[in-house]
Amino acid sequence: MIVRISTERQYRLPDEDAQRLNELDNQTVEAVDAGDEERYEQLFAEMLDLVRRDGRPLEDEELEESDVILPPPDTSMAEAAHEFTGDGLIPD
Amino acid sequence: MAGMSGRMSTVIKAKISKLLDRAEDPSETIEYSYQKQMELLQNVKKGIADVVTSKKRLQMQQQKLEQQVVKLDTQARQALAQSREDLARTALERKQFAQGELQSLDQQVAELETQQAQLIDKEQKLRSKLEQFRTKKEVIKAQYSAAEAQVKISEAATGVGEEMADVGLAMQRAMDKTENMRARAGAMEELEAAGAFDDNLQLGSGGQDDIDRQLHELTSQSGVDDDLARMKAELGSGSAPPQGELGQSSSEERPA
Repeated sequence: MIVRISTERQYRLPDEDAQRLNELDNQTVEAVDAGDEERYEQLFAEMLDLVRRDGRPLEDEELEESDVILPPPDTSMAEAAHEFTGDGLIPD
Repeated sequence: MAGMSGRMSTVIKAKISKLLDRAEDPSETIEYSYQKQMELLQNVKKGIADVVTSKKRLQMQQQKLEQQVVKLDTQARQALAQSREDLARTALERKQFAQGELQSLDQQVAELETQQAQLIDKEQKLRSKLEQFRTKKEVIKAQYSAAEAQVKISEAATGVGEEMADVGLAMQRAMDKTENMRARAGAMEELEAAGAFDDNLQLGSGGQDDIDRQLHELTSQSGVDDDLARMKAELGSGSAPPQGELGQSSSEERPA
């Protein structure tokens, strides 16, 4: 599967990672909902780590649509919270 | 991709898709988008230049204050030598104040230094991202002119559209950050320009401050006294005892 880290680049990951990525994704959103900043930072960092570690960066010539798009790595929890309630990073 | 149900990525992907639906023909807008982003990159560069300018101004202020500290210290010594403790105290109080200002300036300059480094890093990342985008743009243009494998082209168009949206997002964030830093750097400058030390501690361009004036008065006063004494000695007025074996040389050595 293809995963994009917004504002950075895309990676090709083994499909087996999908489940783990999903878990981390949902836990990250739960941390945002709970307002637990420390946990948010930790989980989001873990997600990015997983993608960078397991993924192979796509070549510049490769044109692929992403299956998963993660927010920019410097997304603060306030921004993430905004993302799920309002216009967020990418306006509606 | 089946099985992707993470809330975060789902929301973001939905928003990106919406964005892409709005663009009529990605291939047409790619070139425009690329040019636009190249232009926007100039804004980030300008932001960096502004932060550097602010930093330089604060550094000049720093130098002035350093000179001021040295000057006030000298003045305090001169005043003490003239037994004017009150004047020395005033000079030292101002020196303390100037040193306090200097300390906060040092911190601000250091902060701007960090901001500058961060912005330069951002600009470089943006530049390489735009370079990626340029490559993708060329690939899709080549595919279009080949006029074959229509399905592949539409897939590629989606890919490049997504990249286009992402370049835009990266640019937007970099510009926001640059604007933010530029504003903070400007605020620091304004604060310093309006700072109390400007009124209290202005190092006049060649002019004298009040401590200078008082020290000067003291010096000229004692100079007048010395001159008077020397003249009296030279005239050798009968009543006064001569002030040295050889009037001229001894008067030269007399401390002022």
